[in-house]
Amino acid sequence: MRCQLAIATIFAVMVMAGQAGAEDGNRGKVLYKAYCSQCHGMEADGYGVNAGYMEIQPKDHTEAKEMNARTDDDLFKAIRDGGKAINKSVLMPAWGKNISEEDIWALVRYLREISATED
Amino acid sequence: MFRSTIKKLFLGMIVVSSGAAAEGPSDRLKEECSACHALSEVTLDAQARMAQKAPPLYYAGTKYRRDWMVSWLQNPARIRPGGMFSGNHTVVTDDGDDIDPITLQDHVKLSANNATEITDYLMTLTAKSDLIIAGEYKPKSVSKRMGEMNFIKFKGCGSCHQAEPDYGGVSGPELYTVFNRLKPDYIVSFIRDPIVWQGVSLMPSTGLNNREIYKLVDYLKLLSGEN
Ligand code: HEC
Ligand code: HEC
Ligand code: HEC
Repeated sequence: MRCQLAIATIFAVMVMAGQAGAEDGNRGKVLYKAYCSQCHGMEADGYGVNAGYMEIQPKDHTEAKEMNARTDDDLFKAIRDGGKAINKSVLMPAWGKNISEEDIWALVRYLREISATED
Repeated sequence: MFRSTIKKLFLGMIVVSSGAAAEGPSDRLKEECSACHALSEVTLDAQARMAQKAPPLYYAGTKYRRDWMVSWLQNPARIRPGGMFSGNHTVVTDDGDDIDPITLQDHVKLSANNATEITDYLMTLTAKSDLIIAGEYKPKSVSKRMGEMNFIKFKGCGSCHQAEPDYGGVSGPELYTVFNRLKPDYIVSFIRDPIVWQGVSLMPSTGLNNREIYKLVDYLKLLSGEN
């Protein structure tokens, strides 16, 4: 009985550790869906459900050419402090109070992944 | 832990069976409404927020206006054009993303008696009232044109919220009836910091100052007055 319990515990810990690992890799994707897809689109192409009502169009994050022109620090700053901080539209909100810095970096990595670009 | 689960199951059975004998508003809420609405404190993360089925009601007395709730429960017109989380109701089309209205459920309708009884009970749930500064909001007048420009262009609220039926962003609740729905001091507090209410918010917390917040609420008041 005690032995079974120990095995069950080890198994549970392994499962939980596995989930935590997977979650980490997915973090940027999950955050993007929650906070960004409403404007930038479920496929990150700039055509979110709100885009039709906006005077300035949300950026297409799959567009490698434009994404290549940005450093990771540019992207980080745009997300944390909003469009205004990088001389772009205020319609890109500042997310620094909603999303931790660590998670904003996860978003930057996710943007690099979907645009197949680098810093 | 196992024992406490059994205890909970057992307690649940007692609640259900006694509910059948003499049904009060709090029993009805637990049985019918708690499937979607949180009736006790929960703190969400982004993932849980996306899965959230309905707005929490455990601080309803702090947030909602009584008269609005009594009438809405009898005739529940849609408040969130994109549902609780728009990403769960979005279809990707060649013309861009769109809300698929078929995936949005109609809300349960209550009789006048039940609506009044349940609302009066909900109004006693005043958790989180420490986040409100009572009497803070003092209405001032604002012109429709200036208010709208501020709301859409300068503050970017119109990207996610409708300021009139069928016009404006669809990922947030419509705001043309919000002043009739919610207590003014709650609206002020929510705009000041949307995150504190549920531990997470899909609305950006942008640190507006009091004057900017009151101006926005003046505009929301104007919108609701016209409807
Ligand atoms: C309310 C709609 C809206 C939401 C929500 C939103 N954005 Fe944006 N975003 C915009 C708009 C509009 C622009 C284009 C600004 C411009 O070109 O002046 C933009 C531009 C950007 C840019 C490009 C800045 C540049 O260098 O040109 C990045 C990066 C970005 N958004 C990331 C994000 C991320 C990550 C999220 C989620 C955390 C997000 N956005 C959520 C509207 C939004
Ligand atoms: C199937 C899930 C579900 C059940 C069951 C349910 N609700 Fe709701 N309720 C919702 C959703 C979703 C909304 C948001 C509606 C909208 O945006 O139009 C909502 C909105 C509300 C609101 C308005 C608050 C707001 O901010 O939108 C009240 C009040 C309310 N419900 C009360 C009740 C009561 C009382 C019951 C039980 C008799 C109940 N609900 C049962 C899903 C549910
Ligand atoms: C990126 C989209 C977005 C932007 C921009 C935005 N909101 Fe929101 N807002 C939301 C969402 C989503 C909710 C629902 C609550 C949540 O997720 O925390 C909400 C909720 C609200 C509520 C509460 C309504 C209710 O029925 O509970 C008010 C009031 C509000 N917003 C006002 C504003 C104002 C004023 C602005 C401009 C300063 C603004 N919002 C900008 C997305 C947004």
